[in-house]
Amino acid sequence: MASVPNDLRYAKSHEWIDPGQSPHRVGITDRAQAELSDIVFVELPEAGRLVTQGEACCVVESCKAASDVYAPISGMIAAVNEDLEARPELVNKDPYGEGWLFSIDASDMGEFPILLDSGAYRDMT
Amino acid sequence: MQTPYLPHTDSDVKEMLETIGVESVDDLFGDIPKGLQNHEFVLPAPLSELEVVASLRESASANRPLASFMGGGSYRHFIPAAVDAVCSRSEFYTSYTPYQAEVSQGTLQAVYEFQSMICALTGLDVANASLYDGASAVAEAALMAVRKTRRPEILVARYLHPHYRQVLETYLSGTDLKVVEIPAREGVSDLEGLKERISEDAAAVVLPQPNFLGLLEPVHELAPVAKEAGALAIAVCNPISLGVLSAPAEYGADIAVGEGQPLGIAPSFGGPGLGFMAARDDLKRNMPGRIAGQAFDAKGRRGFVLTLQAREQHIRREKATSNICTNEGLCALAATVYLALMGPEGLRTVGRLNLERSHDTLERLSGIPGVEPAFDGLGSPERPFFNEFPVRLATDADALIHAAAEEGIGLGIRLGAHFPELQNCLALCATEMTTDADVSKLADFLERRLSGK
Repeated sequence: MASVPNDLRYAKSHEWIDPGQSPHRVGITDRAQAELSDIVFVELPEAGRLVTQGEACCVVESCKAASDVYAPISGMIAAVNEDLEARPELVNKDPYGEGWLFSIDASDMGEFPILLDSGAYRDMT
Repeated sequence: MQTPYLPHTDSDVKEMLETIGVESVDDLFGDIPKGLQNHEFVLPAPLSELEVVASLRESASANRPLASFMGGGSYRHFIPAAVDAVCSRSEFYTSYTPYQAEVSQGTLQAVYEFQSMICALTGLDVANASLYDGASAVAEAALMAVRKTRRPEILVARYLHPHYRQVLETYLSGTDLKVVEIPAREGVSDLEGLKERISEDAAAVVLPQPNFLGLLEPVHELAPVAKEAGALAIAVCNPISLGVLSAPAEYGADIAVGEGQPLGIAPSFGGPGLGFMAARDDLKRNMPGRIAGQAFDAKGRRGFVLTLQAREQHIRREKATSNICTNEGLCALAATVYLALMGPEGLRTVGRLNLERSHDTLERLSGIPGVEPAFDGLGSPERPFFNEFPVRLATDADALIHAAAEEGIGLGIRLGAHFPELQNCLALCATEMTTDADVSKLADFLERRLSGK
C-alpha cells in the first residue's frame, strides 16, 4: 500500500507539496517512485527560476525512463535538494522526507485549492 | 523471378505466401494506391555473375593510382592487414547497431575499448560510441555548448575545415543561434581578434588543430580566452596527430571532436567517416550518441551495457540531446584495432613520420620558382604545421591540378575556392605513405611546368 500523508497536497501528475512551510517543499509520491523503480539521476531546476503551475521543471531518471516533474504551484524555485546528486536513491527510499526535490516560494496561494488532498489522491490512484 | 543474387527460390516464395494466406507478392503492396504503384521498370536484362564481375572489373580499371599529395580532411595512411582481418569477421561485419544491446556483448566491448582509447588520446573523461563524421561531431559539440551555457553564439576559427563549418551552419539554420568567425592572421586564428569578438553571448569557441591549411593554431593561448568568457573550448583534432601534439585536455578543451578516418579507415572517395567525441565528466549527461558502459551481472561477472540512455531520443524524445541513435560501428572497430596495434609508441612514430615527410617535402620544393610557401617562415617554430602545408603558385592552380593528374600526381587541395585571400594556393599533404619517389616526381613536375611561365 503506497503511503499518502494527510498533511500534504497532491497534483494529478503525482507530485506532492507541503502547504505548511514556506518555501514549500515538492517531491514525487510513494506510488510514483515505485512505478519508476530505481532512480539513478535527478535533473534539478536552477534556484531562482520562475515556474508556473503545471510547468515541467525537473526530470527524474530511472534506467529506462525519464519522467518530467511538474510544478504543483506557480512561483520561484527557492532551493533544490543537493543530496540527490550523490544519492538519487533517496527519492525511492524516502520520497516525502529526504527525497524532496525542490522548494517553491509561492506567488499565488489561491492555487492551492486546485490540488488534491490525500483522500482525493488515494481515490484517483 | 529466380536469380543467383536472392536467397529465396520460387518454391520458397510460394510456401511463404501460402503460410500467410496471400496470393502473390504484388498483393503485399495492395495498401499503396494503384496510381502510385509503378510496374514499369525500364532496366537492362539481368547479367550472370560472370558478366557482372567482368563489368565491374572494367569499371575498376578506369582507376588511376596517383602519387597523392591531397589531404583536406581525408588522409592516406597505412592500414595494417590486421584491421581488415578483425573487421571482416562476420560477427562484426554484418551486424547493425544493437538495440537489445546487452545481448551483443562483443559489440559493446569493442565500443567500450574504442571509447577508452579516445579518452586516452584526448585526455578527457568520457567518450561516446562515435558519431557520423568529423563535421557532424563539431555541430553536436556546438549544440552541447549551447545547452550547457544557454548562450547563442558559436565562435569558429576562420580556417576550420569549410565543410565542417557548412555542416554546423546547416544544423543551426532555423534557430536563433549564430556562427561568428574568429579572424585569422598569417594562417592561424588571431588571439587579439578572438578577444575582440568574444562576449558573454559565446557558448563555445571551435579550435581546429591542425587547421584546414595544416597549420598549428596557438591553442594554448586561445582556449583560456574561451574559459575566461565562460564559453566552452571545443577542440577539433586530427587523431593521428595526437601522438606528437598536445592532447586537447592539456590546453583546456572541454570537448574534443574530430574525424577518425586516419585511424585505419581508407579514404574511399571521402567516406564513410568516423566522428569521435570526448568531453569532461560533468558534461556527460549532455552528450549525444550511444555510450557503452561497464557493469556487473547478478553473478558479479563483468559485462557491458549501453548507459545514460535517458539522454537519447528513444527515451527523452524531443528533449533528447540529439536525434542520433546509431554510431559508425565498423569504422570505430577499425580505429580500435588500428590503435591497439599501434599503441602509444607506434602512434608517436607515425606522428613523427608525418611531421618529417611533410617538412621534407616543403624543403624539396623550396627553390622551385613559381612555388612559394603561402606564409613567411612556414615550417619554422613560429609557423609550425603537421602533415599539410599551404603553398602559393605563380599560375592558375586549377589548370595545374589537371595537368598533374594527367601525369599521375594528385597535386593538392584548392584553397582559393574557400578562401579568397588564398587564390592559386594549394594545401599539400605528405604522410608516412609518401615516398621519396613521389616527392621527386612532384618536384620534377613543378619545375618543368612552372619554368618558362
